[in-house]
Amino acid sequence: MVLSTVLLLILPLLLAVPLVVPLAGRRWAGPALYGLSFLVCVSLLVLAVAALIAAGQGGVQGGAHLITLPIGIPWIGANFRLDGLSAFFLIVVNLGGAGASLFAIDYGRHEQAPHRVLPFYPLFLAAMNLVVLANDAFVFVFSWELMSVASWFLVVAHHRDPDNRRAGLVYLVMAVLSTQLLIIAYALLSDFGAHLDFETLRLLKPSPLVARMVVVAAVLGAGAKAGLVPLHVWLPLAHPAAPSHVSALMSGVMTKVAIYGLVRILFELNGPPEWQWGAGILALGGVTAVMGVLYALMQHDLKCLLAYHTVENIGIIAIGIGLALAFMANGLGLGAALALTAALFHVLNHSLFKSLLFLGAGAVQTATGERDLEKLGGLIRGMPLTAFCFLIGSAAISALPPLNGFVSEWLVLQAILISPEMPQWSLKFLVPLVGAGLALSAALAAACFVKAFGIAFLGRPRSKAAELAVEGGRFALVAMFALVGACVLAGVLPGFVVDALAPVVDGLVGARLPDQASQPWLTLVATTPERSSYNGLILILFIGLSSSFTAFGIHRLASRRTRAAPAWGCGYPYSSPVTQYSAGSLVQPIRRVFASVVFGATEIVDMPRPGELRPARIELSLNDPVWTMIYWPVVAVVHGAAGFVNRLRDLSIRQYLSLVYAVLILLLVVLALWQ
Amino acid sequence: MIENLILQGFQVLLVLVVAPALVGIVRLVKARMLGRRGPGLFQPYRDLNRLLHKEVVIAHNASWLFHVVPYIVFSSIWVAAALVPTYAVGLIFSWSADIIVIIGLLGTARFFLALAGLDIGTAFGGIGTSREMMIASLAEPAMLMIVFTLSLLAQSTQLSSIAHHIMTVDVGLRVSSGLAFLGLIMVAIAENGRIPVDNPDTHLELTMVHEAMILEYSGRHLALIELASALKLTLYLSMLACLFMPWGMADGQMTPLPLAIGVGTYLLKLGFGGVALGLFEVTIAKMRVFRVSDYLNFALMLGLLAALLLFVSRSF
Repeated sequence: MVLSTVLLLILPLLLAVPLVVPLAGRRWAGPALYGLSFLVCVSLLVLAVAALIAAGQGGVQGGAHLITLPIGIPWIGANFRLDGLSAFFLIVVNLGGAGASLFAIDYGRHEQAPHRVLPFYPLFLAAMNLVVLANDAFVFVFSWELMSVASWFLVVAHHRDPDNRRAGLVYLVMAVLSTQLLIIAYALLSDFGAHLDFETLRLLKPSPLVARMVVVAAVLGAGAKAGLVPLHVWLPLAHPAAPSHVSALMSGVMTKVAIYGLVRILFELNGPPEWQWGAGILALGGVTAVMGVLYALMQHDLKCLLAYHTVENIGIIAIGIGLALAFMANGLGLGAALALTAALFHVLNHSLFKSLLFLGAGAVQTATGERDLEKLGGLIRGMPLTAFCFLIGSAAISALPPLNGFVSEWLVLQAILISPEMPQWSLKFLVPLVGAGLALSAALAAACFVKAFGIAFLGRPRSKAAELAVEGGRFALVAMFALVGACVLAGVLPGFVVDALAPVVDGLVGARLPDQASQPWLTLVATTPERSSYNGLILILFIGLSSSFTAFGIHRLASRRTRAAPAWGCGYPYSSPVTQYSAGSLVQPIRRVFASVVFGATEIVDMPRPGELRPARIELSLNDPVWTMIYWPVVAVVHGAAGFVNRLRDLSIRQYLSLVYAVLILLLVVLALWQ
Repeated sequence: MIENLILQGFQVLLVLVVAPALVGIVRLVKARMLGRRGPGLFQPYRDLNRLLHKEVVIAHNASWLFHVVPYIVFSSIWVAAALVPTYAVGLIFSWSADIIVIIGLLGTARFFLALAGLDIGTAFGGIGTSREMMIASLAEPAMLMIVFTLSLLAQSTQLSSIAHHIMTVDVGLRVSSGLAFLGLIMVAIAENGRIPVDNPDTHLELTMVHEAMILEYSGRHLALIELASALKLTLYLSMLACLFMPWGMADGQMTPLPLAIGVGTYLLKLGFGGVALGLFEVTIAKMRVFRVSDYLNFALMLGLLAALLLFVSRSF
């Protein structure tokens, strides 16, 4: 019943696609479409929450709904299933979807090419919803590809910009790679198409060798979509290229759908895990987390910075998933439950604050027409409400208590702290290193968002556009404030989220964390209260009480006088905003310490001698090791092969016929040997 | 219940009251070692009082964030300092924040202070913010690795449980806790902006970090920030005392005698820490900013080594 309602609700999104094509030019088309998407997302959200609660009460199997539609592959039809895991990801998808749609009611007005955006937006939303509901390999891969294609159209919506075209090309290549690998994974799992239905796949146990091959294909396939290093290259190009509400969906939601695919395959369809899977994913996650945030620190484009930062968060989620698999393989149920809860909690958190930050970046772009941090500054005066939202989002993503980002990082750290119980030596060396990487990435994330918020919103305006910026529309602000509220609530009352995740986690790893609702004072307890606990509610109360008490006391008893004066510039009357710290100079110390090793960053300072009239110059060069070591060589090989094949074009007809004949013979020989 | 609240409230006030005195001790020791008489133990209180009663001078283009940051910074550091066990373990709110949360709260304070440094748009604030975030990005991982070490030893991240564990179980001398002790001292020096990482007494633009960030603050705002940094120093010394020298802390029975012993030993430990810090500061020169990364990397390696040893075997 619930599932059929869900599917019926997705239908209007799909029907809107052809309807909106002829109407896209009308002024009301955008608001009407986004309004419809918002309503659909909110209804789906309500249904998904209900389904998740039902899954908690009725056990895992009791809460699962199944439907088979007579479309798709004839002998199995199109299968859909709504269980705890799907319901949770349905919440993530539609929370982000609702926020982005609401924001777009205002933001969409400024769209120059609505006919290139409007038809694909509902398609993208519908496809993401279908992926998490799919219950056979065909529907899964089909919806996955639909999601890729719809988002690709949105990425190249503004195709006149050569950067966007390049982003579209790289995205297309990586999306194809991702789908190919997933098809291989499902082919291996389903015994080459014999059992496409997930219900059958759940009962089969692949042989260890096949299972390992599936893990490699699934991690690379889903990882390419989620943005695991070194498969992340398309993400920082494509996410910023799309309109901002779509960037929010791509970064905040689509990467999570990829995580869903990974979790579904690794924990459910692929038989009992081995610890090596976990170790591999853990190592990848650690590298991804550190590299992602270092990349983000080097960016001066607000949306690029946010996109690179998504890579870091995917790394944190991967660390949780890897730990959970390793714990599960060692039979440590509680550890597995803790690590997977942490990963899924971070999925929710990241979808909240990354959507929020991209919407904020969109508001900034609408107000100023700029994404380059070096041309922003001082926006907090013209746009105080947007600044507040962006500030909360920045603090949450930097894992600062008492907001939500801290809770999931705290849970991951707690999981790391019980991992010495695992006997494998390589894990004993790997896990502390990953823990150090996680701590490093959290600290660098704070630096990254001090830069993003500080340069864009604080200081003096660096351009005329930034000086004249004003707040955007009402819907956009409501969308951002709703996400801010969700970030604060998830941080202050994390116990409810952990409890809601308990049936999902129980279904996947067979264990659950202690019941949080029964803890005194709504405290979050990872394993036992003696070991560790955290109470965001008490902290926020204490901080609020002590700061208001202090402010009141000081204003009442001491002094409340304030005088405005020019800023102190060491006696130099400053005139130009250029004298401020810029995005580049703010991270210069960090660049010197970290990036000179990782990116081979070099600075060439050309300082004219006294009396010379030429200007001083500083040249900075960064070298992305992933492109130089992996992708450019691959591109070179493809070019070389293409050049070689090109020579075959000049053959005579006889030579072509003999070539065809030779291939035929070769294939027959291969077939004969195979038999 | 009421008694428990009173005991916790006492700790909240205790850290607030002793924090300026601790700064006074450090300054006094440094002055005496340099052959000066020094301003006396209570000068920081007089300074705070003077600042609180002065008017605030704010730059024309300051935003609302600039006005609220001192309160956020002060209250989050105060809450953090009040939740570190000082004279007794197992106080009523000690479980609401474990050691990772304490580090997180200090991170919150730093995040907002760093933003305030950028708000006015002068080069000074920027230089402070930029360097502070570089130092923090190295100090925080080092700190967390040390935390890992101690929590692996005691099987808990609760400061109260760790202190209780060290007091009741015979831990003995261990390689890992020795490394962690050294690492924590190094991190504490860096985080509090003491020599050799930063000099709290200087206003020379090329060398300052923390002072550059707060250069635009004055009056009551400056008083709050000064008090917050004194609280942060107290917090780190309390943490060192609680984690490595928990002896004398009241545990279990909260009767007057153990409590008095607890308060007495806590004050002694703080005084000892202050004197040691003062002596250390006069014997060493400040290092270049870009040497700080080597210094903190050393602390990180100590922490990582200690944690690795414990992952390999509990007996290290």
